[in-house]
Amino acid sequence: MKQLKYYLTAASALCVSTAFADQSLTGGPQVNGIDFQHPVTSIARDERDLNYMVMLICLAIGILVFGVMFYSVFKHRKSKGAVASQFHESTTVEIAWTIVPLLIVIAMVIPATKTVVAQQNVSDSYLTIKVTGYQWKWGYDYVDGPGKGISFYSTLTTPMSEIYGNAPKPNNYLLAVDHDLVVPVNQKIRILTTSMDVLHGWYVPSFGVQMDAIPGFIRETWFKADQVGTYYGQCAQVCGKGHAFMPIVVKVVSLPDYAAWVKTEQAKLKKDGGTLTPSGATS
Amino acid sequence: MSAVLDPVHAPAHSGDHAHDHPHGWRRWVFSTNHKDIGTMYLVFALWMLFEGGILAMGIRAELFKPGIQFLNPQLFLSFSTMHGIMMIFGAVMPAMVGFANWMIPLQVGAPDMAFPRLNNLSFWMLIPAAILLTSSFFVPGGAPDVGWTLYAPLTIQQGMGMDLVIFAIHIMGASSIMGSINIIVTILNMRAPGMTLMKMPLFSWTWLITAYLLIAIMPVLAGAVTMTLTDRHFGTSFFSAAGGGDPVLYQHLFWFFGHPEVYVMILPAFGIVSAVVPTFARKPLFGYSSMVYASASIAILSFIVWAHHMFTAGMPVTGQLFFMYATMLIAVPTGVKVFNWIATMWRGSMTYETPMLWAIGFIFVFTFGGFSGLVLALAPIDTYVHNTYYVVAHFHYVLVAGSLFAIFMGYYYWSPKWTGLMYNETAGKIHFWASMITFNVTFFPQHLLGLAGMVRRYADYPVQFTDFNMISSIGAFGFGLSQAYFLFAVVIPMFRGQGDKAPQRPWDGAHGLEWEIPSPAPFHTFETPPKLDATATKILGY
Repeated sequence: MKQLKYYLTAASALCVSTAFADQSLTGGPQVNGIDFQHPVTSIARDERDLNYMVMLICLAIGILVFGVMFYSVFKHRKSKGAVASQFHESTTVEIAWTIVPLLIVIAMVIPATKTVVAQQNVSDSYLTIKVTGYQWKWGYDYVDGPGKGISFYSTLTTPMSEIYGNAPKPNNYLLAVDHDLVVPVNQKIRILTTSMDVLHGWYVPSFGVQMDAIPGFIRETWFKADQVGTYYGQCAQVCGKGHAFMPIVVKVVSLPDYAAWVKTEQAKLKKDGGTLTPSGATS
Repeated sequence: MSAVLDPVHAPAHSGDHAHDHPHGWRRWVFSTNHKDIGTMYLVFALWMLFEGGILAMGIRAELFKPGIQFLNPQLFLSFSTMHGIMMIFGAVMPAMVGFANWMIPLQVGAPDMAFPRLNNLSFWMLIPAAILLTSSFFVPGGAPDVGWTLYAPLTIQQGMGMDLVIFAIHIMGASSIMGSINIIVTILNMRAPGMTLMKMPLFSWTWLITAYLLIAIMPVLAGAVTMTLTDRHFGTSFFSAAGGGDPVLYQHLFWFFGHPEVYVMILPAFGIVSAVVPTFARKPLFGYSSMVYASASIAILSFIVWAHHMFTAGMPVTGQLFFMYATMLIAVPTGVKVFNWIATMWRGSMTYETPMLWAIGFIFVFTFGGFSGLVLALAPIDTYVHNTYYVVAHFHYVLVAGSLFAIFMGYYYWSPKWTGLMYNETAGKIHFWASMITFNVTFFPQHLLGLAGMVRRYADYPVQFTDFNMISSIGAFGFGLSQAYFLFAVVIPMFRGQGDKAPQRPWDGAHGLEWEIPSPAPFHTFETPPKLDATATKILGY
């Protein structure tokens, strides 16, 4: 699979002019990426592997079905003197091509079921963060676990000059925010999503996480990143004109680094009077 | 009354003085003739195809490279919203109803639709709906920028354009329901003696099933948008948690309509393919009854899968599993259809006139859309690709390469019967190959964009996605030009009466009552019920 990916990437790089010669972001979009973004959670890897499995099965079915079809298209043509046979209806064949796809479908849903169950298991989390969608920014509240009480907004910092083409676009164009979400590595982070106005979607591809933020309701999901780094996501659920302009940046740090970050943030929080709502307290 | 088939009188439209009809504009405005109404539906659909198409060109122009160039983010979102609504309710559905109007009475041996005046009304209601949709761009606040799904509560924030769209949906929904009643009654009550249901052509069968779907789902959509309307103006809170409502309720209602809706658009397409493939393979359809049962199964299953559009809205694990399993099940009857078409081609004696090219193109590309549908049906993968370009690619593979290609296929297949003229075969082939290639150039890269994590409904995107977006935009402009070519090289010449005269049965492998009457089809057909042979494909007399 890795080799296939390599060849596909090489082929696409050859036939495509790179008008914007940009670098990939390790925890975000790849230049001319044709595969899932680098997965750093077990769920994201499961999702990617399921996709590989389904694609391989579809490839096999496709070769078979289209093989038969195009054989017929080229071989059974009137211009080659093919005479139409008049056969039709065969109960055996029809039962076979109902049962076999059914079995294939069952083979696909069994591993998928395991992942669905794992995705929904939010128990035993190390840290709980409430994610609130606003038009058009994110608010983060650390509501439980180490760092409880920290809260801030996270807003796009890409300037208008870059958007309107008056300045060159950097690699993290539309993916830069003023305050990153900071979480520890190898710990289960429970995410509660909600919204203050319309629907939003908290989507971080590398974590394999996408959860709608619904005004008046709380939804939950989780991730456990196993690599330190910076990971990028964007709002996934249409929310008006700023939909493309409320990215998500998550910094996954080691446990000691996280403890240090919590300490500085809580010091700022004390200075600001301990407000619990997103208040831009870190600025 | 056998003057119907009198070749002298038939094409002149006026021979039958007992059924004299108005001329000039009155012929169209007051029309109760299924053929004229069918033509009007098709012309309307073509108009809306270009309106929606121009919006698509705007979308692709803006996405050609990162940054904001032509459309500000709000207008961009209005374009994508209205592109979706116009293409679905304005182009694909009316085109399919146009085919139904033209072909169902001819296929089942009925003199006209069961309720000709209702038929007139259901067409003419589309005009105010189209005016409402189009004018929404020009009212304060502009057209809604919420996506074609009109998800609450973003709809609350919209200007007056939102109300225009809601009323347009009401009108189009009423029109669809009336059209469906007409189709059901025509098929169930007006078949010629000997045309039993299980001898009926598959196009009529799939439309019968589609009509039932429409009657079941259109009121649900009407209800959902009415609730949006009262939430906006009359102080209700169906979709607002602040007043005890739930935004997700809207999604449930919408997709309870929305999922059967996609089969509304694809089942008649299946019917057209099932007519074209046997004709050009010169072989009977492999499994006629299994095709009927597969269509019915797809229709029934379509009612229990709606929440697969909502896997990221948060749902209990049992809910996710149920909707995932039910969705995967649809692959089985859909597979049966594809296998049937291929088995029909197998050891046939095939020729590749334009309709058959579209049919093979349809099977090939639609099956790709089926594969990406399998990927999306699996909830864990959907968590990743939901709301990305993967979804956009998937539904354009099944709706453009599915429904729209089938509409073109049906046009090339049946227009000789409608107009009495053969289309230009070279022009038809150019149209096919240009559309097929540019379609794939447009939409194949969007799968890759989705996998790479590009979110949909974005006016602007991270620079890493640039190249594939450029390729996609270039393909889209080519696809737009291909359809302009269709208009100027195929449709307009036919309207002007240019082209070779079409024989009664232009395709030697075609069977069915529509090929038993002259080309062009006389203004009135089957005024007395025809006597049919045992297969119900030949007329023995009247």
